[in-house]
Amino acid sequence: MSGYRLASGGLVDRTRPVAFTFDGVSYSGFAGDTLASALLASGVSIFGRSFKYHRPRGVLSAGVEEPNALVTAGQGGRAEPNTRATDLFLTPGLVATSQNRWPSLGFDLGAVTALIAPFIPAGFYYKTFFGGPKLWRFFEHFIRRAAGLGPAPRLADPDSYQHRAAFCDVLVVGAGPAGLAAADAAAGAGKRVILCEQDAIVGGALLRDAAEIAGLPGRDWAAAVCARVIAAGGRVLLRTTATGYHDHDLLTLGEKCAEPGEDAPSLSAQRLWRVRASRVVLAPGLVERPLVCPGNDVPGVMLSGAVRTYVQRFGVAPGRRAVVAGCSDDADRTAAALRAAGVEVVATIDYRRGETLDTVKGGNRVSTVIASVGGMTRSFACDTVAMSAGFTPSVQLHMQAGGTLAWHDGCAAFVPATSRQAQVTAGAAAGIEGLAAILASGWAAGGGDVADAPQTRAERHCCHGFAPPPRGARTTAFVDFQNDVTSRDLDLAWREGYRSVEHMKRYTTLGMATDQGKTSNIAGLLQLSRNEGRPAPDIGLTTFRPPFTPVTLGVLAGEDGGLHMAPRRVLRLKAQHDRHHPLWQPLGYWHRPRAYPRDGETLHSAAMREARTVRSNVGLSDVSTLAKFDVQGPDAGAFLELVCATGIAKLAVGRGRYTFMLREDGMVMDDGTVWRLGDARYLLTSSTGGAARMEAHLAYVRGVLAPHMRVAIVEVQEHWAAFAIAGPNARSLVETLACVSAPKHMGCLAVVVAGVECWLLAASYSGERAFELYVPGDVVVPVWEAAEALLHAAGGALYGLEALELLRIEKGHIVIGAEATGRTTPHDLGLGKMLRVSGGYCGAAGLARPMLQAVDRQALVGLEADGEIPEGAMLVRAAGEAPMGHVTSVGSRVLGQGGVALALLAGGPARTGEQWLATSPTRGITVPVRVTAPLFHDPEGTRYRD
Amino acid sequence: MLLINCPHCGPRAQAEFGFERPVETILPVDASTATMVERLYTRTNARGVSAELWRHSHGCRAWLRIDRHVVTHEILCVALWVALWQAPQ
Repeated sequence: MSGYRLASGGLVDRTRPVAFTFDGVSYSGFAGDTLASALLASGVSIFGRSFKYHRPRGVLSAGVEEPNALVTAGQGGRAEPNTRATDLFLTPGLVATSQNRWPSLGFDLGAVTALIAPFIPAGFYYKTFFGGPKLWRFFEHFIRRAAGLGPAPRLADPDSYQHRAAFCDVLVVGAGPAGLAAADAAAGAGKRVILCEQDAIVGGALLRDAAEIAGLPGRDWAAAVCARVIAAGGRVLLRTTATGYHDHDLLTLGEKCAEPGEDAPSLSAQRLWRVRASRVVLAPGLVERPLVCPGNDVPGVMLSGAVRTYVQRFGVAPGRRAVVAGCSDDADRTAAALRAAGVEVVATIDYRRGETLDTVKGGNRVSTVIASVGGMTRSFACDTVAMSAGFTPSVQLHMQAGGTLAWHDGCAAFVPATSRQAQVTAGAAAGIEGLAAILASGWAAGGGDVADAPQTRAERHCCHGFAPPPRGARTTAFVDFQNDVTSRDLDLAWREGYRSVEHMKRYTTLGMATDQGKTSNIAGLLQLSRNEGRPAPDIGLTTFRPPFTPVTLGVLAGEDGGLHMAPRRVLRLKAQHDRHHPLWQPLGYWHRPRAYPRDGETLHSAAMREARTVRSNVGLSDVSTLAKFDVQGPDAGAFLELVCATGIAKLAVGRGRYTFMLREDGMVMDDGTVWRLGDARYLLTSSTGGAARMEAHLAYVRGVLAPHMRVAIVEVQEHWAAFAIAGPNARSLVETLACVSAPKHMGCLAVVVAGVECWLLAASYSGERAFELYVPGDVVVPVWEAAEALLHAAGGALYGLEALELLRIEKGHIVIGAEATGRTTPHDLGLGKMLRVSGGYCGAAGLARPMLQAVDRQALVGLEADGEIPEGAMLVRAAGEAPMGHVTSVGSRVLGQGGVALALLAGGPARTGEQWLATSPTRGITVPVRVTAPLFHDPEGTRYRD
Repeated sequence: MLLINCPHCGPRAQAEFGFERPVETILPVDASTATMVERLYTRTNARGVSAELWRHSHGCRAWLRIDRHVVTHEILCVALWVALWQAPQ
């Protein structure tokens, strides 16, 4: 006993069959069918298995609120799990797969869970925590396996996604009668309107219950309204759900350009709209609530309005013998529609007459209903139940926008009360009944005069009413179908003391599934209200948050995937490096040569060769990525003294020095060099990775703390390419290259190389005599090539980041991020002597805090060992003791033998000479190390000083 | 996402702006250690209007003072920082 296609009727296009498969079986539906309607028409009853108990589940609804019929749509990288079959329109060749079942939908081993259901009570997950770690470990495997529905695809998504920004005078959410009337009124007043509708066609409730509006059949009126909106410069967006209502009337709309799983011919599968609206009309309508009784989830039990939708919109009878149970005129309409379609209505159970639906029996399909009718308990054989416990206005977007709610006795639900933003709710969602009143409310919300509202002669049906939750509820009386929360769970949670609606939600997971409790929130609330003996309005609702319906990660990412995920910044000299086939190393958005291995060399041996060449001859390295700032103006020196913690004022023109900057809490933020290029012009360099932070910091100090200073700062990171020439033979190479007498250490000079004006700075990072050449980026190539030709003639080598590391570790130079971790002061890093005594720099106040002067703070030391020191190792005095520091950077002696490292160790330099253990438990390595000064090469600096 | 009416550029999306800090936590370079601790570590985070420093970082790059209600996100005023600033005497 199952559903079938009616001989006629419905809005599907019977001339256009659409073939698809479900769990490998081929079916055919019609254009305009959802997967749910096509499967119902094909006689399918079971769509999936439930989350916790693996109970067979059919389809409950005909809309986006569907908690049961969740399928995976599409295959491979295009597969979209947990797609509602009721919100998935058939496309040719659709491959849909059921979820949460093994080995098959009809026979599921997981269903044995249902047999032990009494042992999985509310809060089971939490309760396992109280049983000690062993109990949790026992259940963890089981819980993790059971959690989740459809599997996430493992392949890359082949589709593309798009973001669009838009704005409008009036945004109308929902193209039912109220939304259409609002859009019509606004467009008629010359407003630019965006009308969005999550369905594939406009009309809303008119698609289910035909009515005449403004003298036209409802659907013709709807089409005419859309034409008028477009003619007035507006847009009508179909398959577009308003998923979020954010601050200042910004709404996000998710548009499905292709159906889930469809091999999309369009450019983008989905589009995310960000719409800023002057006014927002919310007309999202209602969601019907299920009756709560044992067996209310057996396949064949559906919402009353959904049954009518399948009959009247899709031309599908969901079964042959139906029981209709409801609490308003709306259920009567369903009974009438079923009879008109030739479906036998075995019984109508009317809660207004005190009748109740007590139990639904059946395994894979409804077989019997037990009800209290006319004071007697009666049993009805049937295969379908159409049920309604009332309707809940969709207040999600209103609440997201900060609006308040008021209890509506007629609906037994909350309706919008006050608005915080420019939103107004119209139609049934505002608690209004009857088509004429709904049209009038929409028309008024769109700015129209109610007297001009579209007229209808449709009969007024009362859809208000509610069925109270039953007493003494049992295990299989489901409230939240998607998370398998029963009315028994709610009672148990209450008995255990979870009496706030927020606690009940988290403890039982009611409303926490992907449907966000669209069908279950109010039922849960009514039951809590009865248990508490407090009126429902006093208990309130949990907060609704975006998105209204699930949104794919793809559309949130938009175009920002793959190569577009982050900008990639390319060195000006990339082609010159590529000739030597370097290994590239990502560094922020940049890629820098890590080493230039020659035949047979590993990364390490190449880096050692390059570093030895620097120590013994001469090397050339691209350092263009350093952050650089051109600071000019009469107050430039005074400004830099605010930023830099070292002395700047006495710096002579043509000289430079090492400097560092502090955060306000006194920790080292960044370091670099400052050069006085002219009387009122300085060049400040800092670390590559900190460029954006330094830009913001300089701008903050300049714009907020010192707006009065006559100084301009330009970030010139990419304007200047730069390269370092280092080694005992660097001076002769530079002098040949620039035809000048090279400046002394920390001197700078304007030079001309290959016809290009450059700055020559004598700075050493490697510990050898070294120079940096700053060249305008657009003309750097001839300068580099001239330098490279001289380098090769001298037998020198290009060196990359890895060699640079070996060289700087031997010299004890800190790196931001490794040694300067954000928890280290200048004192900790051995830079205390360089601090400007007069103060007056950013961070001076923070640095003066007494705790930062303590002698037992972790401070920079060197470590040496006979072999390699493990990177990132902890420093302990003896095995098993608490760590008192850690290794920050590891290297090897470039010219000698053995490993060296920099480390932060409690007590710092006072421990020089002590023996410690560098231990890395994750790698199982422990190495004895000796604490030294953080300087392993040329301690007096004779190799580069003059 | 807030809509911020930049005095230079007009109404722009929040994505163009960067939040810096509440105005009460701005620390002059010559502040004492006691003042630094008070402003940076003992914050009120009051429910109500918060005077904040923002920057139109992806626009005109001006520093702005924005008075924003932290509950409703209502923006009461946007002003150029430099226009409010008084140079030390």
